[in-house]
Amino acid sequence: MAPPLIQSTQTDESNPSAPREPGVWGWLNRRTGLDSLLRTALYEPIPGGARFAYVFGSGLLFIFISQVITGVFLALYYVPSADHAHTTVAYITKSVTAGSFLRSLHAYGASAMVIVLLLHLSQTYLYGAYKGRRELLWLTGCLLFALILGMAFTGYLLPWDQRSYFATAVGTNAASEIPWIGESLKRMMRGGTEMGTLTISRFFVAHVFLIPACIFALVASHIFFFRRAGAAGPSTENPYAPAQKAELFYPRQVLMDLALTALLIMGLGLLCFFVPVQLGPPANPADAQYIPRPEWYYLPIFQWLKYWHGAASIVGILVIPTVLVLAVVVLPFLDRGVERRPWKRPVAMGAYAFVLFALVGLGLRSHYLDRHDAGVAQQLAKQRSEEEEFMRKPFEPELSSASLAAANVALADPLAAKGKTIFEAQSCNGCHGDGGVGTAAAPALVGIAAKLPPEQVAELFKHPTPKMTAGGMPPIDLPPDDLKALVAYVQSLK
Amino acid sequence: MCGCASDSEGASPKPAAPPSFLDGRRSFLGALLGVGSAFVGGLLSVPLVRFALFPLLRRTTELKSSLVGAVSEFSALTAPAMRTIQIEQVDGWRKTVSEKAVYVTTDEDGQFCVLTSVCPHLGCTVPWNKEKNQFICPCHGATFTKDGALISGPSLRGMDTLESSVQGGQLLVRFQYFRQLVSYKEVIG
Repeated sequence: MAPPLIQSTQTDESNPSAPREPGVWGWLNRRTGLDSLLRTALYEPIPGGARFAYVFGSGLLFIFISQVITGVFLALYYVPSADHAHTTVAYITKSVTAGSFLRSLHAYGASAMVIVLLLHLSQTYLYGAYKGRRELLWLTGCLLFALILGMAFTGYLLPWDQRSYFATAVGTNAASEIPWIGESLKRMMRGGTEMGTLTISRFFVAHVFLIPACIFALVASHIFFFRRAGAAGPSTENPYAPAQKAELFYPRQVLMDLALTALLIMGLGLLCFFVPVQLGPPANPADAQYIPRPEWYYLPIFQWLKYWHGAASIVGILVIPTVLVLAVVVLPFLDRGVERRPWKRPVAMGAYAFVLFALVGLGLRSHYLDRHDAGVAQQLAKQRSEEEEFMRKPFEPELSSASLAAANVALADPLAAKGKTIFEAQSCNGCHGDGGVGTAAAPALVGIAAKLPPEQVAELFKHPTPKMTAGGMPPIDLPPDDLKALVAYVQSLK
Repeated sequence: MCGCASDSEGASPKPAAPPSFLDGRRSFLGALLGVGSAFVGGLLSVPLVRFALFPLLRRTTELKSSLVGAVSEFSALTAPAMRTIQIEQVDGWRKTVSEKAVYVTTDEDGQFCVLTSVCPHLGCTVPWNKEKNQFICPCHGATFTKDGALISGPSLRGMDTLESSVQGGQLLVRFQYFRQLVSYKEVIG
């Protein structure tokens, strides 16, 4: 059989006597070797031929790229701090053109990713495609699963609305249930004992820098290990030495993968356009009424944790999940038979069905309990209506700290408020600026309380130092009450 | 042996030699896919471009007109009337609210004229002096008439008038800062 790829590489790259392909495409190919690159990428042999069952890996890659792009664009307006996170997300959602659409694409994309991930995992498991020198392929896949769930968890907090705040408070609290290291782990995640602006910073760094970097590296290794082991093919195929007639990845499998991509684009596009993701009122840590509920993919764990209290909790929270996760991770090391057909693997299929039913059952149970507890159902309905109400309100810009309204809050003291009118009537603001911020003509008075006691300030008003006089400061001649008010105002300037 | 298959340790029967992507006869599907993907990619990038260009196509920084007062308050002015206005400046997702003093006067035709109290010399706040019937800057002694025209002092021009309008019986003004220490009026923010 002819070795076309190597031959073509030689014709293109290293054999000057070979006929040169004409045109831009030929030139580009001679410079980059694009043709051989495309051949390597697209002429992957698939034993048994292309199938729709194999499309989920490409689907995941597509959603991941979409998440990266929408995420980068969202960062154009987002500010990760407890002060501004909610305002900037509200700005994206309510003011910025296509902002609601892009944010929805990013948020629904996370859910879509979990769904396609579960399908990809199920396909691999059911087809026994982890067998036959594919341990590292499976391990990198497991790590990617954990990282994707980590992305969903860290990204969920960033809007800093009621829903995201309380869901993350519960999530980080759950981590503290882990014996020995739980409390430290919680504080590590939160950046302290309580949730606050440091928590946002940590989640943001994990969500935007750390986890994506690991995902990039692991996706590369995952694809490398996949190509190294080769496509596993149908479940009737031998995992070590595939014997069925192979079909190349291009064109039929590419078309099938693109069909899923098109379906995802259409589905997500329509969903984001017609049912955009909501944003609730800003996080209010003092709200003792709020009932937090996690995203659907965390509901089974959420429900599971409810069953374990006291001394037994170590079994439910640590032992059982650890055993389950370990069982999944070491699966290709334990299950080393060449048999891949599901109907010949009753134990594996039984375990799959059991875990699937348990997860779905726990999720449905949580949903059922919420609906049938009148108090909870009522509060959840109230929370939903509060979200809808917040979404109906037009965007309200955040008042900057330099604002007058912010300054006026400090003037709750009537004496200082009177002093402010004197400050302006005497044209003190003429040289010292409005709010005593200072101008070219005179220094700032802000923060003077920390430097001088009120008596000394009053004395300087009446008898300025020679330096002050030289700068243009006149002695202030006011009735004692007015002078006291003026001093109170100047001392209140922050 | 095919390059990709050589990576795999399995020994599946190889399919027929794949055509080169440079082969024009077989690249129709490839071209169709390329054009199709470029079209869908272009379509998907529309919201991204609109999102990124939002600050260029819409006004994201805005100085709102401030209310000075009802026109009736200024119907019989004999001297410039001082009013403190609230200035709301929107900057993307934040806004700054500040207060500034302005003076309302009327010219010979009875038209309203709103003067900023910021001295065009060095930016001090200029108060109206009732006794002397002129504006006198407390910092360096520049003096101005009731219409803001320069009488004497270090300033290089008269007091600056602000853009004002009457809407529904209310006098509105757009507060702006002007360059100091020059003889011409130039907006700086």
